[in-house]
Amino acid sequence: MPDSSIILNATALARALTRVAHEIAERNEAGDEVVLVGIQRGGVSLAGRLSVILADIWNHPVPTGSLDVGMHRDDLDRRAAPDIHPTVIPFDVSGRTVVLVDDVLFSGRTIRAAMDALNDFGRPKRIQLAVLIDRGHRELPIKADFVGKNVPTSLTEKIHVRISEPGVEDEVTLERK
Amino acid sequence: MSWNRKHLLDIESLTADEILTVLDTARAFKAVGERAIKKVPALRGKTVVNLFIEPSTRTRTSFELSEQRLSADIINFTAEASSLKKGETLKDTARNLEALNIDFIVIRHSAAGAAHFLSRVLNAHVINAGDGAHEHPTQAFLDTFTIRERKGRIEGLNVTILGDVLFSRVARSDIWALTKLGARVTLCGPSTLVPRAFEQMGCRVTHNVEEAIRDADIINLLRIQHERQRKTMFPSINEYVQLFGLNKARLAMTKPDALIMHPGPVNRGVEIDSDIADSGRSLILEQVTNGLAVRMAALFLVNGGKGPQEISSV
Repeated sequence: MPDSSIILNATALARALTRVAHEIAERNEAGDEVVLVGIQRGGVSLAGRLSVILADIWNHPVPTGSLDVGMHRDDLDRRAAPDIHPTVIPFDVSGRTVVLVDDVLFSGRTIRAAMDALNDFGRPKRIQLAVLIDRGHRELPIKADFVGKNVPTSLTEKIHVRISEPGVEDEVTLERK
Repeated sequence: MSWNRKHLLDIESLTADEILTVLDTARAFKAVGERAIKKVPALRGKTVVNLFIEPSTRTRTSFELSEQRLSADIINFTAEASSLKKGETLKDTARNLEALNIDFIVIRHSAAGAAHFLSRVLNAHVINAGDGAHEHPTQAFLDTFTIRERKGRIEGLNVTILGDVLFSRVARSDIWALTKLGARVTLCGPSTLVPRAFEQMGCRVTHNVEEAIRDADIINLLRIQHERQRKTMFPSINEYVQLFGLNKARLAMTKPDALIMHPGPVNRGVEIDSDIADSGRSLILEQVTNGLAVRMAALFLVNGGKGPQEISSV
């Protein structure tokens, strides 16, 4: 029976998102060049939530898209092909500040793939990274600009993020094996 | 979603779930083809051999472009240029290619079972691009993808396949895919080309064209494959046009939202009236566009497949 504990409950998660949004606003004073891109799947609803908070801070809507990195992974011949979810970037990223949003930062390989995929859509002025949880164990020189919570983990543990799912409370849990 | 097969050999051995996985994945690849940069690095560093022992322009071009859009390196072999003309066996040709450390073989061959055979003697991923009158799996993917995109579903639709069914690998693959996905399939054509034996594949056989097209949501037309017919299967082309050709009078009997498909090459004025082929009811060019997306999806999925390959009897 795996043993599981709550890292963030709904209130703490909302507070973390509000803080991350304010940090994004502080770093990018000219909010009109910022766009949010959520990484499928976990990052998409987080990007939506951040976009609402940021629109409130800046008083204008923040363009938000989703990006699937499945076709850009570096392990495609080592495992069964991943499910591919929609990539929707209905704006030009060239010359903008793209804030990539993901739920959990782990090896960093997803972020590498995301930066690679983003290149096919244009040349952003800069790319920043916002994550809800940083669990460590990086395999690439990648670092998040905005972190909701740092959670030191062992490799056998798993982090589950539930956010904006109908009928369930938002929650982040750590499962120990 | 599920796909763990190393090869794509036929539709017969696939489950409905596996077919839907290909169609869902193809939707994302279709979006890639609509971007300014139409290329993704999914097969970077992989080598694909297109081994086309039987003439083909449409399918070969579509596979080549799909492979290029996945960033694979490509070698093309055609019947005229290969050592098969000098007496080399298919097995030796394939093993020589494999000695070059290739990763995929896409094979088109006039013998049924050629792709299955290669999958047993090679380590590379094998994709069947048409084997004799047996199967043409990627054509079935693009046909079902196109139907699903236009009609929103496949289950419960009436699909009529009209023409030379006997010699058609497209018909066989389409029948497997459509029936697995819940469509009702009707076959129609001259009795010599549409024998009752096809009822064993779970479809209805009729030799009355008006009856076959009246309730159809999709009419899939097939060309008369003169190159495969060893003897004449009907008296004359003119008689075929009179009895089975899709002309304006027959189109008027169909449901107003019935759509026309054709795997190509089209023989205008034979199986289809030239104006109908160019009309808004025709999906012929959409099928070509979607062919790229489903072939990219098939290559992408097979690349990750490690599972044991169940080989259906040929």
